[in-house]
Amino acid sequence: MSIDAAQGPSYWLRRLGGAVTGGVARVGYATRFLGAVLWHTPHAFRRIHLTLREIYFSGVLSLVIILMSGMFVGMVLSLQGYETLKRYGSDEQLGILVALALVRELAPVIAGLLFASRAGSAITAEIGLMKATEQLAAMEMMAVDPLARVVAPRFWGGVISMPLLAALFSAFGIFGGYLVGVRLIGIDEGAFWGQMQAGVDFWPDVTDGIIKSFVFGAAVSLIAVFEGYDSKPTAEGVSTATTRTVVISSLAILALDFVMTAFMFRGAA
Amino acid sequence: MNPHGSDAATLGGRAGSDTAAVELVDLSFAYDVRPVLEGITMTIPRGKIVAIMGGSGCGKTTILRLIGGALKPKSGSVRVDGQSVPDLGPEALYHLRRRCGMLFQFGALFTDMSVFENIAFPMREHTDLPEELIRDLVLMKLHAVGLRGAAQLMPSELSGGMARRVALARAIALDPMLVMYDEPFAGLDPISLGVIGQLIRRLNDALGITSVVVTHDVYESLKIVDYLYFVSEGRIVAGGTAAEVRQSMMPFVRQFVDGQPDGPVPFHYPAPPYREELFARVD
Repeated sequence: MSIDAAQGPSYWLRRLGGAVTGGVARVGYATRFLGAVLWHTPHAFRRIHLTLREIYFSGVLSLVIILMSGMFVGMVLSLQGYETLKRYGSDEQLGILVALALVRELAPVIAGLLFASRAGSAITAEIGLMKATEQLAAMEMMAVDPLARVVAPRFWGGVISMPLLAALFSAFGIFGGYLVGVRLIGIDEGAFWGQMQAGVDFWPDVTDGIIKSFVFGAAVSLIAVFEGYDSKPTAEGVSTATTRTVVISSLAILALDFVMTAFMFRGAA
Repeated sequence: MNPHGSDAATLGGRAGSDTAAVELVDLSFAYDVRPVLEGITMTIPRGKIVAIMGGSGCGKTTILRLIGGALKPKSGSVRVDGQSVPDLGPEALYHLRRRCGMLFQFGALFTDMSVFENIAFPMREHTDLPEELIRDLVLMKLHAVGLRGAAQLMPSELSGGMARRVALARAIALDPMLVMYDEPFAGLDPISLGVIGQLIRRLNDALGITSVVVTHDVYESLKIVDYLYFVSEGRIVAGGTAAEVRQSMMPFVRQFVDGQPDGPVPFHYPAPPYREELFARVD
């Protein structure tokens, strides 16, 4: 029998209480951290080259995975959608199905998940390693605030990159859907684009997607910079923080997606 | 040479407290409830090199962090250039730090910047100097540490000794009044060790700065420092000039200087009696 199992209910209750209070304290710390990052936002934009550099690292360097994934998702969506629509004789509606699914839901969510894995983990690892190698401490001793110089530009780089990546994901997804639906299966090209043009509105379809991708970008970027900044300055600490970034970001995206979709659904109704 | 911190009074008396760059008085510090430093009193006169020596984990680096304002003491005072560091607000603390430099144990160079950019970093952050002037200043600092030719290299291309010299050039980039060195000799080959030691002495004298060197390298320190403090278990246990330390018969100092494995600092971690433990019944 393990030592833990031999403990009474009070032991487990204490552990549960400790975990809950620890979790609440961490959320509080992260909120204060967000406040500090926002406080240093003017610095990130006053020295715009720092933020542009982060947009390059978070956004431009994520393009390949985002565009490739977008195209494959669009192609699969087209195949699956055609099969279902054909049963009801509505296969000409394929364009609208692909576009709406991508713009409203799949592009923000999948691009967000990919962004968390590619850029979020890289941001955490970079900041964590800077901490482990005392680069952040060196900055502080040089009277340079790492929150302003390192954290705020990375946060805003992510927030700005994410909606753009989601938009490109949608565009390439629609193109992938077009290749499969029109070029491969043989749906009428005019019907594909025409239905899409008639059925997809900028407000609320496109704007819903933009809002979602902006919120996901902010959530992933905050989690990434916070986990890096708060990581233990050891190899194990950085590795744990990187894993936590991907796991927490992914769960946050899916949970936030449900909440926002529920609000948007009510609004549309 | 008097043990238990009274040497601080000797050194302070010699230098005069009004000329002290750094003054620690009855300083105590604890991480949560674990005490790290107890009743530390020391004076670091302007223009001098003072070493703080002791074994690993004795609280040496914590003293540097307290001087730099990265930590706040539990009790006692820390004064740098007449200012009480724990009482400074963020703005005033950053203002003070602009006049201090710090060399970290492994250099802490920014790995995404070249050697040139690393040294230009504090200048760009804190001054509005034109780019041509920054270039000249960076080259002058690099020349002082013998690495002008390495300006365009990246930190990953430097040896440990070179990285330490670049970090030293960065620490003096803004002509500070105080430079703190955290284990500047750790992990260096004998040539690099000598180079760093001589650079600390030469730059200190040439620029008129004050240096605090935290180290456990007694041999190298004795060659360059004006005064040494020995710290053990969070207390100052001895102090004196290099000559006094060499001649000292204090058991702790002798153990440290001669590198004896056993003495006031025991070889064995506290444990039950050996025989008793060997013959103990294991259930």
